[in-house]
Amino acid sequence: MRISLRIALAASAALLTLGVAQAQEKTLRIGTEGAYPPFNNLTADGQLVGFDIDIAKALCDEMKVKCTFVAQDWDGIIPALQAGKFDAIVASMSITPERKEKVDFSNKYYNTPSALAVPKDSTLKGVTKEDLAGKSIGVATTTTHFNYASKTYTDSTVKGYPSSPEEQADLANGRLDAIEDDIVVLQQWLDSPDGACCKILGQPSPQPVEIFGPGAGIAVRKGETDLVNKLNSAIDAIRANGKYKEINDKYFKFDVFGAES
Amino acid sequence: MSAAATMVERPPPRARGWPRRRIVGYALVCLWILFGLGIVSYLYLAWNAEFFAKYAPAYLRGLGVTLALVSISMVLGAILSVPVAYGRMSKNRILSGLAYCYVYFFRGTPLLVQTYLVYYGLGSFRVELQSVGLWDFFKDAFNCGVFAFALNTAAYQAEILRGAIESVPRGQWEGAASLGLHKLQTLRKIILPQALIVALRPYGNELILMVKASAIVAIITVYDLMGNAKLAFANSFDIQAYIWVALVYLVMVEILRHGVEWIERRITIHLKR
Repeated sequence: MRISLRIALAASAALLTLGVAQAQEKTLRIGTEGAYPPFNNLTADGQLVGFDIDIAKALCDEMKVKCTFVAQDWDGIIPALQAGKFDAIVASMSITPERKEKVDFSNKYYNTPSALAVPKDSTLKGVTKEDLAGKSIGVATTTTHFNYASKTYTDSTVKGYPSSPEEQADLANGRLDAIEDDIVVLQQWLDSPDGACCKILGQPSPQPVEIFGPGAGIAVRKGETDLVNKLNSAIDAIRANGKYKEINDKYFKFDVFGAES
Repeated sequence: MSAAATMVERPPPRARGWPRRRIVGYALVCLWILFGLGIVSYLYLAWNAEFFAKYAPAYLRGLGVTLALVSISMVLGAILSVPVAYGRMSKNRILSGLAYCYVYFFRGTPLLVQTYLVYYGLGSFRVELQSVGLWDFFKDAFNCGVFAFALNTAAYQAEILRGAIESVPRGQWEGAASLGLHKLQTLRKIILPQALIVALRPYGNELILMVKASAIVAIITVYDLMGNAKLAFANSFDIQAYIWVALVYLVMVEILRHGVEWIERRITIHLKR
């Protein structure tokens, strides 16, 4: 008796708050990784910072919604979106055909190329399959870089890591001959004291769009066209009103948006 | 001894009808059966010949890596556990202190942390390791896994061994001494045969725990069973990647459990009446 009364009360209270919440501004929960500087990173005191985070905040301002952030391991980020742990992924996720089967994407909000880094004393000359034959290459799994490396460098040992910092540590300590990652992420690491061991070897060319996709987009659950449209117009808006350039210049010396689509 | 202790205690008569406890029990069993049927029917409906053809060979390779990792580290751990157990039982303060610290550290910290410390921690001492010629060993992720796992299981196995030896009554030692047997002879011919019966179950448990814990090496780039499942999931985003791997672990554990039971039945025949 008492319990059912309580449930009824709770249910009506929930309905009420739902109605109130809908009347007020909506909260958008955004999932990100937090181990991919300078795009997204967790600081020592647990704050999420980076290009992705600033872009997401700008988009939220533009869409006039309140945003909260959730840090989530990269491996499980799509399942977590599907399970409703958050509503959108702003985590430098490349728009690829395999991911499009599971989630919907906004238009790209930036596009930077993939590159390989090697120790400074490396004898490697280039980034082709033949150059890297017999070498071991470290790449974070579940990334476009990993897909490219495992398809291209079939004569090398491609080792999968949970995220970028681990593969960087293993290149620095000499377990790996090369690592493949986003050029901006690599450059940020190379400019830090930890990356003093290493240098950029080069960019694989061509970088097929079937593997790398048109760039990084914002992922939402399938069928949420409304949200996708809102995100797309917000991206266009911050591109137009200079907000994007402001954030871009805070982190990079060049325009990371890439070619206009 | 008091008179009450000699009285025979009979179990209460079985309850008739449908007492609350029985209803709850049946309901829970039904729930579990439904849950099991749910998984089976999901796997049946989600049966994907393409997924199987694509990833089954990788799973098999991973299974081989897992089995190699667990068996090598179990054997190395067993060898290493003998001196540690000896140290734990030693009357020498320094020796027993050292052994105590070893066991304390490896049982008190997560295996995940130990694996990380060995793999990434030792990785940052590359120059020092190279100068003593150990880098070639620690460069390989599989070796690092075996190293961490062997050290860890040695601590547990040492405690199992010590507990089992100490469970044999002191009178056995004294009896053997009165017959003029040397300590080592006593240990080998009298104490260990009795102690190992006691130790068998805990050893079986440790083996099962190791099989399951071995999934940790997936994060240090060893493609064991779990590593391949993660990769399959990363490529397909299909949850059955993990369901299949859970089933493989389940079958492995079940085989080990029955194996241990079979051995126990064989070696305790003389105790059966």
